[in-house]
Amino acid sequence: MTTITQDAPRRARDFVWYAVLVHRISGVLLACFLPVHFLVLALVLTNAAGFDGFIAWTEQPLVQLAEAVLVFLLTVHLLGGLRVLLVEFLSWQARRKDTVALALGIAALIAIGFYIGCR
Amino acid sequence: MTETMHVSIWRGGPDGAYVDYEVPRLESQTVLDVVIYVQRQLDPSLAYRFACRVGVCGSCAMTVNGVPRWTCRTHVSKVAHGNRLTLAPLRNLPVIKDLAADMTRFFEKWQQAKGVFAPSATRNETVAAIRPDSPSRIAIDKAIECINCGVCYSACDTVAWDVDYLGPAALNRAWTLVNDPRDADNKKRLMAVTGKGGCQNCHTHVSCERLCPNKISPTDSIAGLKRRAASAYVKGEL
Amino acid sequence: MSFRLYLLQRLTAALMVPLIAAHIVTIIYATRHGLSAAEILSRTRGSLIWASFYGLFVLLAATHGAIGLRVVAGEWTSLRGRSLDALMLAAGAILTLLGARAVYAVVAA
Repeated sequence: MTTITQDAPRRARDFVWYAVLVHRISGVLLACFLPVHFLVLALVLTNAAGFDGFIAWTEQPLVQLAEAVLVFLLTVHLLGGLRVLLVEFLSWQARRKDTVALALGIAALIAIGFYIGCR
Repeated sequence: MTETMHVSIWRGGPDGAYVDYEVPRLESQTVLDVVIYVQRQLDPSLAYRFACRVGVCGSCAMTVNGVPRWTCRTHVSKVAHGNRLTLAPLRNLPVIKDLAADMTRFFEKWQQAKGVFAPSATRNETVAAIRPDSPSRIAIDKAIECINCGVCYSACDTVAWDVDYLGPAALNRAWTLVNDPRDADNKKRLMAVTGKGGCQNCHTHVSCERLCPNKISPTDSIAGLKRRAASAYVKGEL
Repeated sequence: MSFRLYLLQRLTAALMVPLIAAHIVTIIYATRHGLSAAEILSRTRGSLIWASFYGLFVLLAATHGAIGLRVVAGEWTSLRGRSLDALMLAAGAILTLLGARAVYAVVAA
């Protein structure tokens, strides 16, 4: 029953721990971004010339990069949240490193795809 | 010539400091061997705990190179950074002296979580028939081997960030009792584990499961408590 | 975090999953078809469905975000007790108000 020292982890924090950190930080950043999103949306959609100008503005590479980062944050937060829901309500094994990696990988791919697709 | 290890050990109380010792490195040496060497050969004033030295009592738990472990079951060769070891008392608990931490709060939270069996029968009734293959007993058996060593409590960052959080060990024990059909106190127990510092604070970091030397998963137990409590809440029982 | 807030956090998260999917489909549709502001608004103005969809979305997101910020503040800052409640209510209010304003801008006939 007791620990076999070959299994003893060398670090206090592992991949899963950092994934949870990413989930938390993405949540905070998204909560800060959302008011901006609401403000811009209200402004832009009610002003036709503003909307076209806005669309033109979003063509800039830095804005597109920022949007890709945003998509990454949204996806990673969603997938991280799904992991929590699966562990808590569907008795999933919390330490599945491979699925955490998969979630992050999917999020990154979607963000990159979005970035390439919108150029 | 024998290799020498550089061992930094926390000395003093909360306002203490690390002190360096040179310890001969041997084959198949455990961290407990190192601590015993320092205390017996170099500095008899070193305070530390151990008892069984074979990995069944949990007394020797302390922080080794930043990770909470049982020193008697940790080979130096598996954890040393080159020839360096850093030893400190368990995190998230007040230091008494050197490597001895004060476990009082750990056990207070155990009580707070109602990690205590409440009998529903007396010796005059027939002994309860508990099937070992029943789902509830299987769930209990997965979590029952806890010897309250404090490793999970020290590993847990939510414990570090929230002074009220009951912690993985206390909640894990509560889970074993929630599943026990002989226990009479489960209504109050569910309230205890969903109150201040309750299971809802667990963020599923899984450090506890990863570091538990007895291969228990407090994460799973806490998830079980969440489900049980959610169900009770929806039924208006909580 | 109380158990009630915890349940609300999980519930809002679960409910938002299908809404997010629908929102992404909507955005992709709008951008793919190169819809102008006027074209988008012609579909959303006066629409009870769009109002309900985005109205609900705003409420769920505001609740979820406010509770989340409260939890993080409670663990990572020195705020406690009533100031945490204040933070949560303020965040929720800001998100709800700005969100409702945006929804109104889009669906008001």
